[in-house]
Formats: sequence, C-alpha cells, structure tokens
Amino acid sequence: MSSTLKPEDATQLFDAVKWAVSEEKPLDIHGLGTKRTIGRPSQHEFSLDLSGLTGVTLYEPEELVLSARAATPRAEVEKLLQDKNQEFAFEPPNFAGLLGADSGGTLGGMIASNLAGPRRIKAGAVRDHFLGFSGVSGRGETFKSGGRVVKNVTGYDLPKVIAGSWGTLAVVSDVTLKVLPAAETELTFALEGLSDEQAVAAMSEALQSSCEVSGVAHLPEGVIGAAATVLRIEGIGPSVEYRLDKLAGMLKEAGPSEKLAEESSKELWRCVRDVSFFADGSKRPVWRLSVPPMDGPKVAQAIAAKCDCRWFYDWAGGLIWCEVPEADNGCEETVRAAVAQTTGHATLIRASQAIRAAVDVFQPPAPGLAVLSQNLKSAFDPKGILNPGRMYAEA
Amino acid sequence: MSNLKMPEVDQTTLSRRKQIAGELRRIVPGEGVIDETEEMRAYESDGLTAYKQIPLLVVLPETVAQISEVLKYAHDNGIKVVPRGAGTSLSGGALPLADGILLGLGKFNKVLEVDYQNRCAVVQPGVTNLAITQAVQHEGFYYAPDPSSQIACTIGGNIAENSGGVHCLKYGLTTNNVLGLEIVLITGEIIRIGGKHLDSEGYDLLGLLVGSEGLLGVVTEVTVRILKSPETARAVLVGFPSSEDAGQCVADVISAGIIAGGMEMMDELAIHAAEEFVQAGYPLDVEALLIVELDGPEAEVDHLIDRVSEIAKKNKSVSIRVSTSEAERANFWAGRKAAFPAVGRISPDYYCMDGTIPRHQLPKVLARMNELSKTYDLRVANVFHAGDGNLHPLILYDANVPGELEKAEEFGADILTLCVEVGGVLTGEHGVGVEKRDLMPAMFTETDLNHQQRVKCAFDPDGLLNPGKVFPELHRCAELGRMHINKGQVPFPDIPRF
Ligand SMILES: Cc1cc2nc3c(=O)[nH]c(=O)nc-3n(C[C@H](O)[C@H](O)[C@H](O)COP(=O)(O)OP(=O)(O)OC[C@H]3O[C@@H](n4cnc5c(N)ncnc54)[C@H](O)[C@@H]3O)c2cc1C
Repeated sequence: MSSTLKPEDATQLFDAVKWAVSEEKPLDIHGLGTKRTIGRPSQHEFSLDLSGLTGVTLYEPEELVLSARAATPRAEVEKLLQDKNQEFAFEPPNFAGLLGADSGGTLGGMIASNLAGPRRIKAGAVRDHFLGFSGVSGRGETFKSGGRVVKNVTGYDLPKVIAGSWGTLAVVSDVTLKVLPAAETELTFALEGLSDEQAVAAMSEALQSSCEVSGVAHLPEGVIGAAATVLRIEGIGPSVEYRLDKLAGMLKEAGPSEKLAEESSKELWRCVRDVSFFADGSKRPVWRLSVPPMDGPKVAQAIAAKCDCRWFYDWAGGLIWCEVPEADNGCEETVRAAVAQTTGHATLIRASQAIRAAVDVFQPPAPGLAVLSQNLKSAFDPKGILNPGRMYAEA
Repeated sequence: MSNLKMPEVDQTTLSRRKQIAGELRRIVPGEGVIDETEEMRAYESDGLTAYKQIPLLVVLPETVAQISEVLKYAHDNGIKVVPRGAGTSLSGGALPLADGILLGLGKFNKVLEVDYQNRCAVVQPGVTNLAITQAVQHEGFYYAPDPSSQIACTIGGNIAENSGGVHCLKYGLTTNNVLGLEIVLITGEIIRIGGKHLDSEGYDLLGLLVGSEGLLGVVTEVTVRILKSPETARAVLVGFPSSEDAGQCVADVISAGIIAGGMEMMDELAIHAAEEFVQAGYPLDVEALLIVELDGPEAEVDHLIDRVSEIAKKNKSVSIRVSTSEAERANFWAGRKAAFPAVGRISPDYYCMDGTIPRHQLPKVLARMNELSKTYDLRVANVFHAGDGNLHPLILYDANVPGELEKAEEFGADILTLCVEVGGVLTGEHGVGVEKRDLMPAMFTETDLNHQQRVKCAFDPDGLLNPGKVFPELHRCAELGRMHINKGQVPFPDIPRF
C-alpha cells in the first residue's frame, strides 16, 4: 500500500517534493487520476495527490488569458469559459469514457499529456496555448518559466517541454493558458462510402482550399455504420454556410454527401475528440498514432494486415486511433513496424497493466533523441523522483 | 550594456588562429573559410549595430556534413562557435566572439521540397522567410509568420528567435508553424526532430529549440507548415484622439470574439515619420492609429469590417477608412512595415525595444514612457502589435553625441523593466541576445535561470555554442548539476497524509 501526500497549497507542495528529494523517495504524481492508466505502470511507496491545489486565480476574457492552480478541474474552467463564449481552442479530449475514469481530469493533467482534439490541425496543441507555469522540479526547487502574454521569447520556452512531459520533469502548481473566442456556429459536411485512400485525398483537398476547415476525420466502414468522411466548418453563420457550399462544390465528384446541422455536428466531433467509438465498455488496447496525413492509410493497412483491428482517422489522416486485440501485447510489434515506415510515432493510450508493463507505451526515441531526453530528465530531476519510469523504463 | 562583459577570450585559441584556419580549410575548401580582417568586417555585427566584434574566423559551409565536421572540430578543440543567418537580429544574438568561429549559413538557401498534400515545405536554414512564401504562392499558399525583416532574415534565424510578425495574432509565431528540424549538436552529431506529422513523441525538444537563440544546436533543415491564403483580406485604418481610446477599441474587438488577421497601433511620432516616408495616407491629426486587418471569405470579412468600424466609433474614433482594393490595403501596411526605417530618417540613430505587456496596461506604460522620455530628454516613437501586447518603442538618439547611446540604453532598460513590473516580459520577439541578457534577473530568480541553464547543459555541456548570449552569468555545468538537498536533511513535511 502506498502512502499519499496531499498538499493544500504551493508551499506544502514544495515541502513534500523537497522531502522526497532528500529521502530519494520516488513519487507517483496525480491530479484527479483520470489518466493514471496511461503510461508504464509504477508502484511507488509514496504518491503525491495534487487535487487540493484548485481554483482559477485570474481570468481576463478581453486579454484572452486564464491562470489557475494546476489541479483545477477542467469542467470548472470550461464552464467559466463557456459563460464568456470562450474555450481552449485545442479542443482537449475527455477520456473518461475511453479509459473508464469519472471525469475529464484537471488542467495539470491536460497539460502534462499534451493531448489535443480535432482542431489541432488549425489551432495547435496544448503546448501552443500554454503560456507559463510555476512549480517544483525534481531538485526540490521552486521555479517558473514563461509568463501571461503570448508574445514572449524571454529565455528558453520551458512550457513547451513541460507540456507532454507526463509529470516527469516538474510538479506544476500554477499554470497560465491562452483562451480564445468560441465559434458562433458550426456545420459538418459528410461524404459517404469513401475508401481510406479516397478519404485522405478528399480531406487533403479540403485543407488545401481556403475553406478553413477546423475538423477533418474519416470513419471507415464499421466505426459508426457506412464509411463517413466528415469535415467541420466553424465561424459566423453566413461564412459557415458559404464555406460549406464551396466545399460541397469542390468535393461533389467524391461521392454522396450530407450536411450535419449544428447539434449533430457538435455531437459527432465530441465523439471524434473523445474516441467515443471505442468507449463501448471493451478493454481492448487502443493506440494513438501521429503520422504524416497522406501516410495514414498505409500505416493503418499495415496494422490491419496482421491484426484484427478497428481504426479511424482524425487530423485529415494524420492521427490514427486504432483498437487492437490483447494478443501479442496489443500487436505492439506490428504497430511499431507500421509507424516506422514514417517519421511518426505511436502511443498506447488504453491497455491492461500487464501489457503496459511489457511494452514501450511511448514511442522509443531514436538514439540521439534518447540521449537528449535523458539529459533533460537528469537536468530537472537528477534523482528520478518525479514519476520515474512512467514514460521510459530508464527515466 | 555598452560595457558588455563577454566570456573571457581564450588566448591559446587566438594564438592558434592560422593553424585553425588551415584545419577548417581541410573541411570547407576554397573560399569557405575567411580569415582576412577586412573581409570579416561584413560579419562584425548584426542588426544591433552598437556592438561590433571581428570574429576569429568566418566559415561558410555548404553541406550538413561540413557543418557537422566543423562543429566536431570546434568541440574537440574547445573553440566557441556563433551561428549566423542573415544577421538581422536586433538583440545581438549573432554578435561574433573574438575567439569564436562565426558559422555563416547563407549558402543553405534551397527549398528542398514542397508537399502540398501534407501542407508543408522542407527548406534549408539559410532560405529567407519571404522565399518560403514565394516558393508556394503560385499555388495560393503562404508561410504565415511574417517578420518585417522577411526579405532578408532566414528561417534558421526565425527558429532561433521564435520570430513573429503582424499576422501572428491569428496564425501564431514561428514555434506554432514548425513541424520538424534537423539540428547538428556541438559534438557534430546530427539529430532529426519531428517531421511531417504533428506533436512530438516524447519531450518537446522542437518546442525547446525554437527560441533557443543558437545556444543548443545548429539548425540545418526545417519543415514548416504552409497555409492556403485567405480568399480576401481587407484592412481598416482608424484614427483616435488618444492611445487610451485606441487601446480600449482593441480590447473591445477581442471581447466581441473577433480575432483579426493583424491589429497594429502606431503613435503620433511614428505616424508622422511613416507618412513622411511612404505617403500611406495616414491621418496626421490623431494621437493613435490602428490598422485592423480581417481575412477570410468575403461575406465574413465584410461583416467583421462593419463590426470593427462600429466598435471603433463607440471608442471615439475620428477617422475610419476601409481598404477597397489590394493596392489600398498594401498601402495601409506600407507605412507600418516601414516604420523602423521611417523613424531612422528623422533621427541619426534609433534603438528598437521589444517588450510585451498585458494589453490593458498600455495607457499606464505609455504615460510612464512619456515621463521617462522627458527625464532622459530623448524622443520615443511607438509601434505596437496591439493584438498581443507587443510594444516596439523606438528611442531616438544620436550616437555622435557622447553619452547619448548609453542614455538611450538606460532608457530602454527602464522601459523593459516597466514591462515586467506590469505583468509583461522583457522581449516579445527579438530575443534576449546580449542586449537584454543582463536584465534577465528583472524577470527571473537565480533558480529560474539555473533551471534554464541546465537545459543548455543537456545539449552543450562545455558551453561552446554561442556563449555570452541570453544568460547574465555562465555557470559551469558541473556546478549547476550539484544538488543542495541531502539525505536526512529535510524533515517529513507537515501536510495531510493518507
Ligand atoms: C528592420 C528589421 C525589422 C525586424 N522585424 C522583426 C519582426 O517584425 N518580428 C521579429 O520577430 N523580428 C524582427 N526583426 C528581428 C530579426 O529579423 C529576427 O530576429 C530574425 O529571425 C533574425 O534572422 P537572421 O537570419 O537575420 O538571424 P541572425 O541575426 O543571423 O541570427 C539570430 C540568432 O539566430 C542564431 N541563428 C541563426 N541561424 C541559425 C541556425 N541555422 N541555427 C542555429 N542558430 C541560428 C544566431 O546565432 C543568433 O543568435 C527585425 C529586424 C530588423 C533589422
């Protein structure tokens, strides 16, 4: 049984980490624990529960900025933003359904995982909106980086490495994020019955137009029924209508199509974002692959040739969500070989503890990158106190 | 700053100059190594011309293999290296070192691949920012970040400085538009980060490299995102009786949910200088001028132009002009884009500052700047990326008047500390370089800075790449690595435990 430390403010957090550093006691770090099943499993004597560090400390809608304690629940912040017609433009997924968690988690978890939704192609990822933080490194020292303004090149951009570091470099206590106006309305244009290759070509054509498509996904046959290629347009009413018509004109040869009105459009993109198609109670492993968009079908088919899998594409083919059988550690070798045909990478987002203990959950970095990553880990956390082993066995 | 302290010059390296030149010529034959002082003068400073230094040698390699060998040689022999693109840095980032090799990347000027289907371009680091757009514009595409120096500055320099431009409000800075890099470490090792896919597989080293001012690695290849040009773009030119009104107008536009393609402000002195220089048709009887550009489909742009005009009227605008043709839109911008040289015409010298502030602090900062202007008895013109709070005060001075440069620098430092005081930062897009290096403690504690320097140690433990830039004090990596918390020293924390 592990013992849990639950700091109630930044000072207590500092005390806790400092103590762990001095005693060389590794810490399992979590907010609401909604993503605890992502990463290599670990069991340490102590865990650090950040869920006491909550509260929005600054929200200035006209400055497009929000600061909060790291473990502020996302739901609370999203409500606040919604009241001012604003949002996180990167559309962070809520994996409660996919992973069987009971909420969408905290801001800290959202940042530490750097997972962005469909609008990633247009608006960037969490890392592109994460302006500044303060926290405690694995040296037991409080430090900060970044600020509350978007235009900032003062020193290294440490928020970038903290985003997506899964709590392995620093325990963040306070964060500042950029927020943006939410679109007034949205519509989705759906094409029916395309093969993966046809879909990727159509999606690319849409993105090569000036229609400013903000979501581009392809659901092959069997994901929700017949194959559907869906393209989302957001903005002010007349502009959305105009661009949708333009898109329809451009793609009229591609196959039968339909328009989804605002409500169904929203529902559909929520499902794409949250990977709800695979949140049907099944525990089958789910991989997330980021590849050059045009390579999507090639990669998916290489996996399908060897594993009995289901998949769909977001990001115009650049993001593949692939559900595989438990056998052969969730088809690990096949998935890794498929993604190795490209510059991309694969991460195991859902899998049993046994599988996660047996394989690399994150993409093993190329040798040169591995050394730099290891150096970086040692720079921030020389004694390996912060979530050791969560990303890589040796770090 | 004029009495800038640079890292101690290594006399052994200086005394071996001839031999080093010979050995570098074996790596980069022919004209690729320059050791004549007169020829090296072209490289003695960058856009921050107050600082000059003839480098040890200039090397202009042509292949990545040569860069790798040059760096490995420098590393093995403990010689410092300063990378350089076009030398337009305004913070002295490319300022040479007397005992350092200046590594010029100008010969890496090829666009290697344009991939419209994946919407990206792969280019060499010496390609100019504008050349990327030029390579793709016949297909209706462009590269979004557009620094005013875009005709000259290189993408390698843009990566190093995380450069911005007037369209960054909507389309992001360099860091938001780069997908992949090839870099060469000081050891000569070649590393590839990212590619044509999105997001990094582990730690975001790409995000760290952008804005690292040439201190972590030499960028040898860049994959950037390209975008389809918007269907139309129109600009509104609005004059205000005060900069408070203009500032409030910007806040109201953003509160209305409108993210403009660009939103730029100029003050009276800048308006007059620009108008005199390019005759853009700016109103001369206003205290502040706002250029708001809206882009997208025509119906949307028309609608938004109307809304922005309404908001401007509510904020006491005294003149509103909407561009009716591409030529007119370009003309609105011509004045803004030429603001620096325009100010250069009304003063023997000017010193360009680059702080960012939370936008609502603008009136306070401008008022304080006016007081400082009186105290220092130096004029200041302001151009301002109003949408994102990035100020460019241009301090007018005359370098031939003894003491005036120092006075301008002190004035500048006061402005930047003021930016930090009101919740902003020292530099929005020009970088720290040597210029703001010694001001870093105004924003960061020693612990903050040490955490940054350890990143440097992770890439370049001997501190040979571009030393003397960014950090006010260079600590040895061994010293930075030492832990100050030891076993048994810290009592169990008095906090809730379960
Ligand atoms: C008139 C004028 C207007 C400007 N307007 C803007 C503006 O609107 N927005 C803006 O952001 N900036 C602006 N700048 C500043 C400057 O143009 C940018 O910082 C630009 O990115 C520098 O590019 P460069 O190729 O000239 O780099 P250099 O000046 O040669 O070098 C800049 C830094 O980059 C490093 N570096 C260069 N190439 C490499 C490489 N391949 N690998 C590693 N490190 C490298 C150098 O060591 C140095 O630290 C302006 C400058 C001028 C003179």
